[in-house]
Amino acid sequence: MDAALIGQGLLSGLLFGGVYSLMAVGLTLIFGVMRVVNFAHGDMMVWGMYLAWMLATRLGVDPYAGFVLCAGGLFVVGFVVQRTLVDRIVDAPHEMQILLMLGVALVLENAALVAFGPDPQRVRSALTASTLWLGPIFVDVGRLVTFGLAVLLTGALYLFLARTPLGRSVRAAADNPYGALVIGTDVRRVYAVAFGIGAACVGAAGALVSPILPFQPAGGLSLSVASFNIVIIGGMGSLLGAFVGGLLVSVAESMGAVFLAPSMKELVSFSLLIAILLFRPAGLFGKGSA
Amino acid sequence: MRWAAVIAIAVLLALPAVLGSYAITVFIFIFFYAFLGQAWNIIGGYAGQLSVGHAAFVGLGAYTSAMLSIHAGLTPWIGMLVGGVVSAALGALIGYLGFRFGLRGFYFVLLTVAFAEIFRIIALNTDWVGGAQGLYITFTGDPRQFQFQDNRVYYYVSLGLMLLATGVVAWIERHRFGAYLVAIREDENACEALGVDTFRYKMLAIVVSAFLTGIGGTFYAFYLFSLQPNSVFGIPLSVEIVIRPIVGGSGTILGPILGSFILSPLAELSRTYFSQGGWTGMHLIVYGALLIGVVLFLPQGAYPALRRLLLRVRG
Amino acid sequence: MAPDARAGSLLDVRGLSKRFGGLQAVSDLSLAMAEGEMLGLIGPNGAGKTTVFNLVSGFLGPDKGEIRFGGRSIVGLKPHAICRQGLARTFQIVRPFPHLSVLDNVKVGALTRHANAREALEQARAVVARVGLAPKAAVAAGSLTLADRKRLEMARALATEPTLLLLDEVMAGLNATEIEAIVRLIAGINESGVSILLIEHNMRAVMALSHRIVVLSFGEKIAEGPPSAVASDARVIEAYLGEEYVHTAQA
Repeated sequence: MDAALIGQGLLSGLLFGGVYSLMAVGLTLIFGVMRVVNFAHGDMMVWGMYLAWMLATRLGVDPYAGFVLCAGGLFVVGFVVQRTLVDRIVDAPHEMQILLMLGVALVLENAALVAFGPDPQRVRSALTASTLWLGPIFVDVGRLVTFGLAVLLTGALYLFLARTPLGRSVRAAADNPYGALVIGTDVRRVYAVAFGIGAACVGAAGALVSPILPFQPAGGLSLSVASFNIVIIGGMGSLLGAFVGGLLVSVAESMGAVFLAPSMKELVSFSLLIAILLFRPAGLFGKGSA
Repeated sequence: MRWAAVIAIAVLLALPAVLGSYAITVFIFIFFYAFLGQAWNIIGGYAGQLSVGHAAFVGLGAYTSAMLSIHAGLTPWIGMLVGGVVSAALGALIGYLGFRFGLRGFYFVLLTVAFAEIFRIIALNTDWVGGAQGLYITFTGDPRQFQFQDNRVYYYVSLGLMLLATGVVAWIERHRFGAYLVAIREDENACEALGVDTFRYKMLAIVVSAFLTGIGGTFYAFYLFSLQPNSVFGIPLSVEIVIRPIVGGSGTILGPILGSFILSPLAELSRTYFSQGGWTGMHLIVYGALLIGVVLFLPQGAYPALRRLLLRVRG
Repeated sequence: MAPDARAGSLLDVRGLSKRFGGLQAVSDLSLAMAEGEMLGLIGPNGAGKTTVFNLVSGFLGPDKGEIRFGGRSIVGLKPHAICRQGLARTFQIVRPFPHLSVLDNVKVGALTRHANAREALEQARAVVARVGLAPKAAVAAGSLTLADRKRLEMARALATEPTLLLLDEVMAGLNATEIEAIVRLIAGINESGVSILLIEHNMRAVMALSHRIVVLSFGEKIAEGPPSAVASDARVIEAYLGEEYVHTAQA
């Protein structure tokens, strides 16, 4: 096996991992705060992609600037979904929560299908045209920017959770919902904000991959499943686990693409998922048991 | 109750005499998805172990009998059973891993999804089973090859499958097995304390469920004459299987049937009508909205609500 | 099983130890029960009583020690297998099957001995009547009062036809009248030949019911004997007073 090929695989895996991390951080934040698994996560991301596409095609906004608006748009979607639907089943059995979110996923996916049709789309950005060469390895500038922005956003989210009063109350709710109630936080508002932020993460992530990855409405499901894999592997509810897990899974998939076949890359992450489920269900960075 | 069942079956047996060919097709879908839902009901409804990977059993059953038919000339009537057994073996594997390692809720859901996805990816990448193109079955119209000139035969076969699974569930419900499954759904630790070998009964439930679902795979393949990895192993099929018993009332004997009578015509009709105007996703939006509505307003499904209503009407 | 009056012929626990992280929950505990006996297991909160139940009924595996039931070792057996050998338990926090009727709850226990669903139903009906829940047989267990849930918990365990019944605080949270009734019920069960190991905080009840009492404190056995002797034992008084003292200091 050619060393340059492996290096190329490692690098592109790592760069794409930034997006995986951002997706997973959003999912794990929602789960950490209200113990609800967002089965519509990937479909929300697809809407982020289409928002970026509309901004680019209708208003000429480059996705590398438009991602801010996409994050904002998805924040609203997440906030509303939480307030109107999720809020009513926060204490329901897991099965009911999963089914409700599956319902939301079906509606979002197929609304996109009705609105945009089934054909794959791609957003053009000036940045994707250029490449850099690092010795024998080439770097797609678009991917580099996507990675940089994704990591930056994850860092910003971390700062928000650590430094701002609202962010701290979100974290407090994640650590202990009853404790947050006692100290007088409006838990319902915190829940809605957390869901909004979780959705905003995939809104941004969707916009950031839209120039480097063709997308279609049916793609949401596999993005959801990819997010689930990452948060389970990293540890449900752990932000650090989601971040590292995203990079890890992406690199592993990319190695799978190099050593097996590009269409087999997910086989690696699913096998990794099963191994983690069986032998370390709390995940690599999770605390306690499942 | 017994008389109502006898009358209902008699009506369903007589119906093809008066139905047009499109209506018969719709009924075939109703029966077939009711059958799959009923099979799922055993593990997902009665035992309360939410599987969103039942497509794996459909796909494995379908591929097994189709491959045996194409390459070994084995009649699907036997291939169907072989497919069922192979699917049951997969069910045993998933069950063993999930139950031995104590995976519950979301973790069990993901385990089942992961297995179905792994099969999908493997099938997509294995030329020997047709890769992404999948398998095609040449139509001969030979009943020995599970192929019929007359659509009504498929009607009776799918009705038979639905009645078979319903009979199995009725048997389970009346025996210790069923009482244990329901108790396991309610509280596994309490079951253990009462002498119930929860692992054993969950294993039995998933094996029976997977066996029946695997049989369904053969019907799928030989009714549609083709099978592709994305359609038979895909998550959307798993969702189709799960949604009917839940809308109808999971863990009840009539739930999957009622759910299929509600959803299958809806899916079929809206697929037909909406696709003409480019509204392809419309029926799935309706599905999604229904699922949300059921969770919020009828968490037990339509059947228990309907029964309460009937009891109130009767007095 | 041949009747045998020798202590330890029914349940024989030796050198039982269990540790959770830094906490030694049960430490080198030995106790024995004769057939037909009613043994009280008491001690301050956190003394390890429920852990002992979880170890004996197979919900936890011991770090060390031997548990013999009816002469056979039951260490390493799953809870359901232990139940099948005739050792049934209740849970301190009752766990009824909330959506099932009282009768169906008890039927699950009865099915352990009667594989035939109809026979099991008959047996369940008898047990439900015996614990005084017959008028509520068709009620969903989730809607019962706490006192009735405790009865149901006992009925379910009884329906498995145990020779030894482990009762974990079946009186907690009940009022005086309800306690009186449940004491009569427990005494009746014992008189019908079922041996009982009883965890209880209600001293009056446990003293009245038990033939012998074992006192645990911080996982260790600090006293054992007939109720009158245990009640006047200095170490027992200290263990309880010490707990009182801790309580007042915290408040």
